[in-house]
This record gives sequence, C-alpha cells and structure tokens, in this order.
Amino acid sequence: MHELSVAQSIVEIIRQHVPEPDWDRVIVVRLKIGAVAGIVPESLEFSFQAITAESLLSHARLEIEFVPFRIHCNTCDTKTENEDGFALCGKCGSTDTKMLSGSELNISEIEIAEPEVEML
Amino acid sequence: MSILTIERKVLEKNDELAAKNRELFQHHGIFVLNIVSSPGSGKTSILERTLEHLKGDLRVAVIEGDVQTDFDAQRVAKFGVPVVQIVTNGSCHLDAKLVQDAISNIELKGIQLLVIENVGNLVCPANYDLGEHIKVVIASTTEGDDKPLKYPAMFRNASVLLVNKIDLIPYVNCNINELKTNALRINPTLNVFETSCTTKQGIDLWCAWLEKQVESIPSMNKLSR
Repeated sequence: MHELSVAQSIVEIIRQHVPEPDWDRVIVVRLKIGAVAGIVPESLEFSFQAITAESLLSHARLEIEFVPFRIHCNTCDTKTENEDGFALCGKCGSTDTKMLSGSELNISEIEIAEPEVEML
Repeated sequence: MSILTIERKVLEKNDELAAKNRELFQHHGIFVLNIVSSPGSGKTSILERTLEHLKGDLRVAVIEGDVQTDFDAQRVAKFGVPVVQIVTNGSCHLDAKLVQDAISNIELKGIQLLVIENVGNLVCPANYDLGEHIKVVIASTTEGDDKPLKYPAMFRNASVLLVNKIDLIPYVNCNINELKTNALRINPTLNVFETSCTTKQGIDLWCAWLEKQVESIPSMNKLSR
C-alpha cells in the first residue's frame, strides 16, 4: 500500500532531475527493485500511472528491473540466491552470511524523447 | 532520445531526514525504538507493560503512530510519560518527516528512551527509516507461525522479536518453535523474547535487555543522573 508514497517520491526525483519544460517528454523511468524490498511492481506501476495521469508526466511509464536476493556465505565462501529472503547459505546452511542484494529500491535512469520538430 | 543516468535511492529524502533525527537523538543521548507489527499484535500493550516495568528507572517519551484516533496516546499518557500522537490520516506507515515534526513537540532534554509505536502494518514501515537505533517486531501467537516467511523484510530489519500472547498458546494453532525458527531463517541475529501482557511473563527479561541497550548509549543524561 505504500507504493503510492513510493510513486510520489519517484515523481519528486524526476522533477528534480528533469527541467520542467521537458517533463512531457519523459517516456521511461527505470527502477531497480530488490526481491525483498517489499514493493509490488504492479501496484507501483498502477500508483505511478494514477498520480501522473493528469500531469505533464503522463507519458512516462516505469520499467522495473528485478534484483534477486543474494547472500555471501562467510563459512564456505559461496554466493547463493533464494526467493524467500532466507539468510541461510544455500550450499552449507550456515547462518554466517552477508546480504549482497535484494533490498534495492533505486531509480537508475530517466529516458527523455527528442522534442518534436515543428513542420513549417 | 536522451538518457539521464541518476542512480539514486527512491526514498533518499526519507533517509536524509532519518539521519538528521538520528543525529539529534545521538546529541541528546537517547536510545530510540521503532516498534512494528501487524494490527492487534499487542504493540500498545507491550508498551504499557514496559512503561510500568521501567517506571522510576528510565525517563521515557513516546510517539504514537495511528491511521486514526488518539486512543493509544491516551492509554500511554496514563503512565505519566510525555507522548505525542501522530495521526497519519490514511497513510500506512510513519516516515522520518512525521517523526521529525513529532519530536519538535517533545522536550528531549533528560529523555533516555524514546519509543516510537509505528502504524500496525507488517509491510510498509519496513522501508522507512525513522532514525531509530533498533526496530522491534512483535509477532503474536494468534497470528500463526508463518508471519516471518510472509513478511521477511520486517523481520530482516529488526533487531528484536517479541513473541507475544504466549499465554494463549494452548488455544491457538501456533507452533512457537516453528515461529522462532522461521524468524531466525530470515534474520539469524534476532534477539528473541517470549512475552504475555496478561500474565506479564517475559516482560522482565525484555526490559532488562532494553535497559542494557539504553545504558550502552553514550549519554549526556547519564552524566547528569
């Protein structure tokens, strides 16, 4: 449900980075979202569409790159992935692990279309 | 077409404000808890038992977060501690800005422990750092033993798990060992306490641990004690 606040934060970041005259040419916003970030991509896309619909950002859509949950095991020095967010090493079962990725909630790129050339 | 590369955290603004809150807490030597759980797990009851137990030992202040009403603040105020109610008006979590505003209404000088009771929700509060030292997650036996697996982010970010309502174990379908095992699979470093707010079982152990954490904070308050 906090996808709406997250969508608002994304809009704020776009507004900070893109000059206002270009807002209506923002077409893609690329995000990296970790497997255990607690974000439902569909819900975030829906929220983003809902709050930008009537605005200059109405042409923008989100492109979400999924980042898997990965841990490094300090016992057997192996990197493993799992979908459940378990801190247990997938190889030896040790709990002495360090999380490498999976909690990301980052905005990585904004794609802006070229201005349309006015026909004379 | 042009591409702007930015690589920023979406909630960066919140994190910045949380860092400011943390600085302020550090400055005053205050240990800060962020209590999270699903609605009805016993956050306010745990807080009441904790305040009762710590009375006379620690100077505590409380921030209550709720979607509506100040019922919880009224309950807490009975213990004679400063309390500020944040009503989020529909928002499902507290954020660092709301906490920043709330602490401007508290006389922080002399406070040793600040307890922030978050909105009842096991999902959204996980993403929002408030500037706390630790998150305390409560899972009650009436919720079953699979909560940690369903809401891993909250259990990963927490330092303490309070397994609450243990007096109800005979009546509910909850294997407490399974619950603890599940939580430790997500976060092997969790400190786990079993509590009941009705029988007060386990409240003493939890409070003893908490007092130790408060003492470990370099504190101006301690010097003036």
